[in-house]
Amino acid sequence: MTETRQPARYTEYHPRWYRSHVSTWWWLARWPYLKFILREISSVFVAWFVVVLLLQIRALSRGSEAYAAFERWLQNPLIVLLNLITLFFVAFHAVTWFNVAPRAMAVRFRGKRVPDLWIVGANYAAWAAVSLVLAWFLVRS
Amino acid sequence: MAETISLEVLRYSPERDAEPSFQRYDVPLRKDWVVLDALNYIKDKVDGSLTFRWSCRMGICGSCGMMVNGEPKLTCATFLSNYAREQRPLRVQPLRYFPVIRDLVVEITDFMTKLQSVKPWLIRGKEKPISEGEYLQTPEQLDRYKQFSMCINCMLCYAACPVYGLDPVFIGPAAIALAQRYNMDSRDEGAHERMDVLAQHEGIWGCTFVGECTQVCPKHVDPAGAIQQYKLTATIERFKSFLMPRGAK
Repeated sequence: MTETRQPARYTEYHPRWYRSHVSTWWWLARWPYLKFILREISSVFVAWFVVVLLLQIRALSRGSEAYAAFERWLQNPLIVLLNLITLFFVAFHAVTWFNVAPRAMAVRFRGKRVPDLWIVGANYAAWAAVSLVLAWFLVRS
Repeated sequence: MAETISLEVLRYSPERDAEPSFQRYDVPLRKDWVVLDALNYIKDKVDGSLTFRWSCRMGICGSCGMMVNGEPKLTCATFLSNYAREQRPLRVQPLRYFPVIRDLVVEITDFMTKLQSVKPWLIRGKEKPISEGEYLQTPEQLDRYKQFSMCINCMLCYAACPVYGLDPVFIGPAAIALAQRYNMDSRDEGAHERMDVLAQHEGIWGCTFVGECTQVCPKHVDPAGAIQQYKLTATIERFKSFLMPRGAK
């Protein structure tokens, strides 16, 4: 039998503890993680849409010839494909953020917390309203 | 013979093993048994060397958190019957992202230190004398923080948080939710003291809002909500101190 000569001491980086490392592919392990990564990536596509919009405004300011060239560029199959993917990601971005909005917004009304559904609903309603106004502008012209 | 269910339990002996490996056990499948009952059955009848933490068996002590089929769960609240139809054995592993001491027991000093750093207790600028009575609170004031006060420190949220796994300096979901529990308490005056710890990169800004902490929380605490709400508070406070350098604090 061995005798304990020293009292047990706490060791911060204990050599005997087993530490697992996080795989580079951790985000493929579960759907919620993959969804999170897709939501993060969607910001790249949101930025692309902003670039397209800025290019469009620049073309518009340079006159009808430049705008026609811009429109031809938009019709390039590769650009159409990229913009379709972008549309999907921008919609994904909006929907996933609207759905988590109640987590970040703890709105209280008359002492009670406003139900999550109302906050999500208000976001979608605002989205629909803005889309309708834009659609009205487009149809009118 | 009664129906059985197979469990694959991760075993690790610091004296013997270089790394953990799974050991398979067959336990009776009873309708009223949870995963913790199966582990206790193994310890009592099959293999007394199996090591794991547990205490209350009723979802309040927060000690029996483990990974069950890859998901952080309180094993006292996870029924075997929910997994009876699966073809593969039920996998029980120690809580993810924590160092393993032995078998299913993890080292939690990191969490305890972080929890303490956010001062999860009532802080008063000046205590009022006992003769003036208690600090009163309306049901409405209680309602503002009650959800966050339900945390049992089970650390399932840490095992669900990839940010904590990738960047272990992150204070983490439960500690921030508990800080918010006191920040939102009408009797507390310590919000500024906590802000020094919370409003830094290792605090709220480390969170990328994966949201899984809220999904796995057995007490519906919503740590992800606490963090996002605090981001808003910290931003407003920062602007205030920028606009009114003297008046904000």
